[in-house]
This record gives sequence, structure tokens and C-alpha cells, in this order.
Amino acid sequence: MNTGENQLIASTTVAADYLRETEIAEIEHERTLYPDARAVGLEALKIVQKHRGWVSDESLRAVAEYLRLPIAELEGVATFFNLIYRRPVGRNVILYCNSVSCWIMGCEQVKDKIAGELGIDFGETTTDGNFTLIPVPCLGDCDRAPVMMVGPDQHRNLDRADLGAIFAQYRKGAE
Amino acid sequence: MTTMTEKTKVEIIIDDVAYQVNADSNLLQECLSLGLDLPYFCWHPCMGSVGACRQCAVKQYRNEEDRDGLLTMACMTPVQAGARISIADPRAVDFRAGVIESLMISHPHDCPVCEEGGECHLQDMTLMSGHNYRRYDKKKVTHRNQYLGPFINHEMNRCITCYRCVRFYSEYAGGVDLAAQAAHHHTYFGRHEEGALESEFSGNLVEVCPTGVFTDKVFSERYSRKWDLQTAPSICTGCGVGCNTAPGERYGELRRIVNRYHSELNGYFICDRGRFGTGYVNHAERLQQPQDAQGKTLDAETAVSRLREIAGKAIAIGSPRAGNEANHALRKLVGEANFHGGFSAAEQACMDEIAAFAGDPAFHNPSIREIEQADAVLVLGEDVTNTAPRIALALRQSVRNRAYELADSARIPHWQDAAVREIAQHERSPLYLFATGATRLDDVAEASVIDTPSGLARQAFALAHRIHADAPAASGDGGGNSAQLEQIAERLAAAKRPLIVAGAGNGRVELIRAAGNIARALRKRRGNDEQKPLDLCLLTGEVNSMGLHLLTRSENSLEAALDKLASGEAENLIVLENDLYRRAPHARVDAALKAARTTVALDLLPNRTTARADLVLPVTAFSEQQATYVNYEGRAQLAWQVHRNHSAARPAWQWTGEFAHFREALHDCAASAPAMKTLGKVLPDTSHLPGGGKLPRQPERYSGRTAMKANLNVHEPKQAQDPDSALAFSMEGVPARRDATLLASPWAPQWNSNQSISKFQDEINGPLRQGHVGALLLERGAGGGFHPVPEADEATGIELTPARQIFGSEELSARSEAIRKRMGDAYVAISPGLAAGHGLTHGAAVSVRGEDASVTVLACVRGSMPPGVAALHASDREIDFHGLGARVSLAPAAGDAAVALDRGLGELIVSDLAQGS
Repeated sequence: MNTGENQLIASTTVAADYLRETEIAEIEHERTLYPDARAVGLEALKIVQKHRGWVSDESLRAVAEYLRLPIAELEGVATFFNLIYRRPVGRNVILYCNSVSCWIMGCEQVKDKIAGELGIDFGETTTDGNFTLIPVPCLGDCDRAPVMMVGPDQHRNLDRADLGAIFAQYRKGAE
Repeated sequence: MTTMTEKTKVEIIIDDVAYQVNADSNLLQECLSLGLDLPYFCWHPCMGSVGACRQCAVKQYRNEEDRDGLLTMACMTPVQAGARISIADPRAVDFRAGVIESLMISHPHDCPVCEEGGECHLQDMTLMSGHNYRRYDKKKVTHRNQYLGPFINHEMNRCITCYRCVRFYSEYAGGVDLAAQAAHHHTYFGRHEEGALESEFSGNLVEVCPTGVFTDKVFSERYSRKWDLQTAPSICTGCGVGCNTAPGERYGELRRIVNRYHSELNGYFICDRGRFGTGYVNHAERLQQPQDAQGKTLDAETAVSRLREIAGKAIAIGSPRAGNEANHALRKLVGEANFHGGFSAAEQACMDEIAAFAGDPAFHNPSIREIEQADAVLVLGEDVTNTAPRIALALRQSVRNRAYELADSARIPHWQDAAVREIAQHERSPLYLFATGATRLDDVAEASVIDTPSGLARQAFALAHRIHADAPAASGDGGGNSAQLEQIAERLAAAKRPLIVAGAGNGRVELIRAAGNIARALRKRRGNDEQKPLDLCLLTGEVNSMGLHLLTRSENSLEAALDKLASGEAENLIVLENDLYRRAPHARVDAALKAARTTVALDLLPNRTTARADLVLPVTAFSEQQATYVNYEGRAQLAWQVHRNHSAARPAWQWTGEFAHFREALHDCAASAPAMKTLGKVLPDTSHLPGGGKLPRQPERYSGRTAMKANLNVHEPKQAQDPDSALAFSMEGVPARRDATLLASPWAPQWNSNQSISKFQDEINGPLRQGHVGALLLERGAGGGFHPVPEADEATGIELTPARQIFGSEELSARSEAIRKRMGDAYVAISPGLAAGHGLTHGAAVSVRGEDASVTVLACVRGSMPPGVAALHASDREIDFHGLGARVSLAPAAGDAAVALDRGLGELIVSDLAQGS
């Protein structure tokens, strides 16, 4: 018996070759948590991004084929969320809040300082590949604004003077 | 419509006026049904409400005393008895003006160069909402457009994010390669990468999009504004469904096709073959003058006298792609005994059986609207997406009846589109496919039974027996998966409105008989014979297959005609719009044409038959003539002449008949064939029109009439007269919105787009006030019984079956430029095992050898196909399909053979390609 779903995507799949064993294992784990492959799409993209830093066209295709989802629909998911990166990012992603509380607390001046320090604007990556700067609407720490995340770490009560030291530790860590 | 009387009406008050409206509807739909002007974007009559655009806001009041009221979205608000609403309330007006202003923020100021201009729903709604001046002076969001193939232009900057495109393309039509991307103000509707839109229904985006994001690329190459197009009600000639269309003409060229609403058939949508497949009308090679065998041009008088000279000793072959009048006039010329059907032997057998079922009171051949109501469907052997695409779109809707059941149980109204989809998730009414491989309906099918055609027939007969023991049993178990057949039998038997679909598409009469047995068994199983007839949809191949069959004696097959010529029993041959080489083994056609003393061919484009004829008479194309066609249901419909042909081409009935007017040909046809006796009903009654008045083909704003021929003569010529119909080649006359006789292109004040159709419907999705739905010709008489199970075929070898393609299988559309860009080349589809066994890879040239012929095509290796079957697609190549016989063998062809097949297989949209190494 052929079920319809299995016919959706061409059977010439490169997905199994492209995805790594660990990625497949994690995706399969997520699959057990949802009734529907469509719901796993976002998690699978996050898994691929965790292992590869970003979601390339090839990764997108591999995930779509592996989950038998239309690639256009998965691209819709990938582009809807701005924390799924469809372009390569630096080793450390700076999520910089420019929402209202941080704005009141002077985030614009701090952001100018970051841009000067790193030589990048929103959406850009430093030439040494260390940092990518991305705006976010809120990081849930409004009482300690301005706030940013660098990689997994939250930095609060940002002061222009601290920035050099903060970035230095990530540069060092990258070496 | 029967459903209309059952609807419960309640009273609501709109701006202090009481109206009777449908209780199970929403406020927007009812306001539009009442003819009130309430702007909207995301709502569509066929796709329900999602409440996305906020454009249809109205005020709703709690009671008579309530002076404040609440703003509410009309499309999302159910009708309630006694509800009081206001469209005109200043706050509602103001709110709607604000919504349109924000929707318009990034919309470009490009109406003068936009192809939607003049028939743009966004233009209409912007004006209606009073947004006359733009205050936004910041930078607009811009997008990069995509190449979407030869049919559709993409201009994303015009998008207002109503989501109608993806709701149609993916949710309604099942397309997978168009989706909403990104979010906020940079939402983008496109493919994941550039490439042709794969859906067979992509052209409807042109009409579904309320603005100019998706426009008709073929039309754009030779563009005219809607108000400059001459148009008339027409019928699509692309297959046997007979969808209603509105062709548009300018400067003697057929410029475009749009859907024409028909409440029982195509509704709001047509397929891409119908929309983009009529370019052949403008073909440079159109036959223009009568010619003799040497290619010498003859004047019409000489040509007619030569035709009459040979007619006395002639037999004739009719055409399933020509109208009833053309076939009838030829039949009258040579006599009924000498008039032969134009079908292949296999198709003739299928047509005989389809006609027999059409007379059986046990069955009903459902319209598209009725197909959509089926709650369990079995498709037997017919590749519906490629033979009758609009029916495939209807089957896709039928599976949603389970969703509506679930919605009913949760008291969700059917028009709450997102909620209905949410509650249903993947639950569908069952659709079972009996096929020789994967099809384009697999994604909504409960299960597919894959087998060779004879295997499918065996299993189908076995299924009928499982449903009711009176149906004869196949020897053995039919060779299938008996648990699966049992499940299918039970689901079909449990359905409220089951539907069995088969057709002439693969030329297997045993599949049609098996479909009949299944339907008959289901009917027996359901109890007594007094119940309603069972839906048995039998599809015919071409626009007038049914009409031709009704006009032809059963023994007068095409093969019989060829025999009469070869044996010398008949002397001359007249062929009507038919390339015989597509219908019979080439050797037999050659022998017959050689034996014929004189062959006359009437056609519109040169083909292999006209090339062999002693006299060729040019005929008009569908848009240049009036004709009636009979569709798969037996529904006769009239296609009006849209524009004139300026060459010596004439409608075929004028060459062969002696009728002064079209209606005489029609009435004579009705009088001379019992099955056609009600054909006259398709002619509208125009007796009420004052002073022999006419209805205009040209819109009121038609421009340039005095100037368009000024390069020839500065004096405006007299407008061409149309003595043959109630239409005039002019903008003068009674317009459609003031006369309920005919409707080609809808237009109403403030409603320039196709959405103006609501102004012509009794109610939304109801019949048109210009209610011409055609005439159902067939009368049901004596019932039949079960067919015996055919003897098992002992022959060995690979079974040959035709593979149909929406782009390429229909003769005339395959000569249209746009369609040719999407056509693959001739191929034979085989299983990976069969390919490996013969040393064949996907795309390699393969020699297919049969009884009396051998052809070279490309190998198309498809993972889902069973071994033992070869599905041959001829594309537009001169392939002797009928010479191959029932069984074939395969062998790799010489390497350079593939070079000639240069269109390759890249354009094929199939889900199961197994690429060669």
C-alpha cells in the first residue's frame, strides 16, 4: 500500500547521505515528541544549525527530504524565525535588544559603540568571523537594560566602557 | 439548485434595512449576495474566511438601543437572526480606510504599467474604501522577483499579503512549491528557488491574486487592457469536461483565456491546459486557403464543387474535437450509413460502454459540484490530473468532506476555513486510486492499488464481488492484497455519497466495465433500487467525444471506415478535423489513404492527414466560430464566436452543409439524431430584446475602434455584422448587467475585477442570473446488469498502456507555444526493475517494439511502477502507438536516437522518478 505522504517528494533523496548520524538521531528523538512531521521541521532546522552554525540551501533541502516536507514550506518556517540563520554567521552571535526598555536606557549609544568596536552593523559579520550582530525585540531582562546576548551568555546593564572586555573574552575563547 | 430551497433564511438589519439572508453563512458573504458593496481581500467565495486582512470591518449593534456598536470583521461573524449591522457607520468607514492605507504602504504606484490595471480588485477596493491620497512618504519595502516558468509573471512589490495565493495554490489545489516566506513587512510569496510552478492549476493565481503579483505571462507578451478585449462566452476545448471560459481578442488575435463562472461545472477555476493551451489559434501555420494536393490555392467555389463531386461516393470520418454542427453537416452530406466516428478502436469500445452506462438509470454522471460532495471515491485506472484536470481538482476537494463532518460535530461553520483545517489535521474522506504508478493525487489518497492495467481490472472485478456477492467473482482472488480490497470495499459501502471514477483515457474497456460493476454492487449493497442513482463518473477524452458518439452508428467505427476504403467498398474519404495517424495503426491509415481515390481533409492546422489529402479545406478555430459540444456528463453547451477569422477558413458546417445560419445547422442536428433532440435548449431566448437587438461582445469602454484600422484607411469601416448569433462585434447593445441573457466577462460599477461575478450570481456560489448551464441531453432508459469478468489474458510480454500528460497529450494545445515550453518529449515509463533488466537508464533512448511497428522514445524510469507494464507518451512526435499492439518488447536504441528527442524529460512533474546512475 502506498500512502500519499510518502509520494510527496521525489524519491531521489540525498538527505540520508548529507545529514550526520548525530543530527539524524536528534531529529528522530524530536519526531517521537510530535504527531506530525511538519511540527518537527523547526526542531530539525535548529538541530542542523546547532551542529553547522547555520542552515545552508543544502541543509534545508536535506531536512525537507528527510522529513518529506515540501521544501518551499520548510523555507517558509526557516525564514519566518529570525534566529534560524539562512546565511553563515560568526562564531559568536550577538543578539542585541533594541526594544523599548533598552532604548530608554540608552541602547542606541551602546550599539554605536559596538558597531565602532567591531566594525559591523546589524546583520553583518566581522571580517575575522568572530561576531555577527543581530537585533532582537526583547531578551526578558528589562529591569537590567540595556541587554545583549553573546553566544549563550546574557550581558546586562551594559555600559559602553565594558564592551571591549566582554568582546575580548570571546575573541580569546575563539583562539 | 436543489440545495437553495433547503437553506434556512433569517432576517438581519443592515443600515436600518431588513434583509432575508442565509442562516449558515457569514456577514460578508451575505452582504455580497445582497449586492451591497463591502470591500474585502482575503475572503474568496470558494475558499471561505480567514479574517486576515481586516478590510471587511462593519459595525455590529447589540440591539436597537445600542448606539455605539462594536467593530467586527464581517467575514468572521456568523449570521444571527435579528443581527443589526452597519456598513456605512463613520467609524467602520474610517477603520476600513485605515486598513487599506496600511495595506497600500509599500504598494508601488505602477498601475499604468501593471497588467492587472483596469481589472484589479485592489484598485477597486482602494477606491471603494476612500483611500484617494497616499500620505506615506518613507522608503517602501521592495522584493526580488522570481522566474516562475512560462505561464506566470511575478511582481512581489505589489503584494498586500492577503495570503489568497498560497491558500489557493497549496491548500485548495495541493501545490507544494509556493509558500509564504519570512514575516512582517517583508513577507514573500514564492518558490524556495526560481523555477516553473509545478501545479497544473497555477494559472488560477492570475485570477485569485487581488492585485498584480501573479499575472499571465503569455498574455503579457501581447497585452491589452480588459476593456479593450472583445469577448464572448466560450467553452474550453482542452478535454471532455467542457469548462466555461471567456477568451479575449484584440486585433484579430486570441490574446488570453480566463475562467468563466459556471455554477455546476468549473466554478471559479480552470486548469493550465485550458488557460495557456489556445495559442494554436494564432499559429503561423494555420490553414488559410483551400488547397489541392500540389499545394495550389483554390477559390472557395471550386473547392466546394470539388467536395460535392466526390461526396456522393464518399465515406466520412468525424471528429471528437469538432462541434456537433460540423459533425452533423458532414454526416448529412455523406449519409448516416457512411459517417464514421473518429475514435481509435480502443477508445471507440470505451465510448460505447460509457454511452451504455449513460443510459442506465442506476447511475448518475456527476457534475464537478457533485463530485466535490462525494465522501468516498475510487478512481479506476484514469490518470485524472492529466486527462480531465479540473476533475482532479474537484476530487481534491471531495476528501475535505471528512473535515466538514468534524467541523459539524464541533459546531464550526464550513466557511471558517482555518478552523476547519485545524480540526481536521490529516483526516480526509477516503480516496482510493487504482493506477499503474504514482499519480498527482497520491498526496490526498488513502491508498493506491498499483498494478498493470489488466491486473487493475482483475482487482476491480474482485472488489465489486467483495462489495456485493451478486457481482461476478474473478477466478482466484484477483491477485491483489485481499485485506486492502476488503478495507476499500467497506469504506465505499459505508459512505453516504460514494463516487466511482473511470474513463476512456487509457483505452481499457474492461476498467470501465469493472467500474460499472463496483458502482452497481455498491448500489445493491445499499439496499433497494428505489434509492438515488449511484455516482459513476465516466470521463470522455475530448471536448465533443460524447457528441460525436451520439451522432455515430455503433458499427461505424474508424477502423471500419479504413477497411471500407482498403477493400474498395468506399471510393472517397472526407476527414473532419482529425489526424487519423493519432487514431489507428499507421500502416492501416496509409493503406486506406492510398486506396481512396480522393481524400478531403478539413482542419485548422496542417497535420499528417492533411498532408496526404487531395483537397484541404481550412476551418475556423473554436474562438472563431459557434459550436455546441457535449461533455462527459452529456451536457451540451454552446461556445459563442468571439472574433472573426480573416482568411478563407470557415466553420466546417459551412463547407459541408447547406445551412444559411448556425442555428439552422443546430436545429437540423437536433432533429436528425434522437439523442440530440433537446440540443436547441442551449440557444438563449432573445425574443425580449427590443427591435432584434443585440448583446455586445465589446465592453462599454472599448477603445480605438475608429483608429485601429487607420493604417489601411482613415475612414472607419462599417462594423462587421453577425447574422448568426445574438451577439454583435460592437460595444453597442444591451450590456450583461442589464440583461439576463448572456455573460462573458463580468463588470459592474466599482467592480472592474473578476470579483464582480458576485453581482451576477443569485447568491454567492449560486447560479448566474445569466443562467446558462447547458442542456443535459441524455435520457436514462433501461437498466443493465453486471458485466462478466473478462477471461484472464494468457499473453506474455510487457503490457502497453498510454501515458497522458496535461501538456502534450491534447493535439491542438500541444501546438501552442506556451504549452510547448512545458512539454516533455515522447517517453516510455517503466519500473526500475524493467529498466535494469533491459540495460536502460532514465533519459536513455529506448526502442519499443510491438506487433506492426517499433518506435524510439526516451526511457522514463519510475519507482512506483509495477514490472510488466510500459506506459507510452507520444508527446507531439509521430509515434505509431496503435501499431504497437497490446504487448511490446524493449531494447536500448542507438545512442544518437536520443538526440532527436531533444525536449528531454526535464519538464515532467512526477513524484517517483528513479534517476539513472
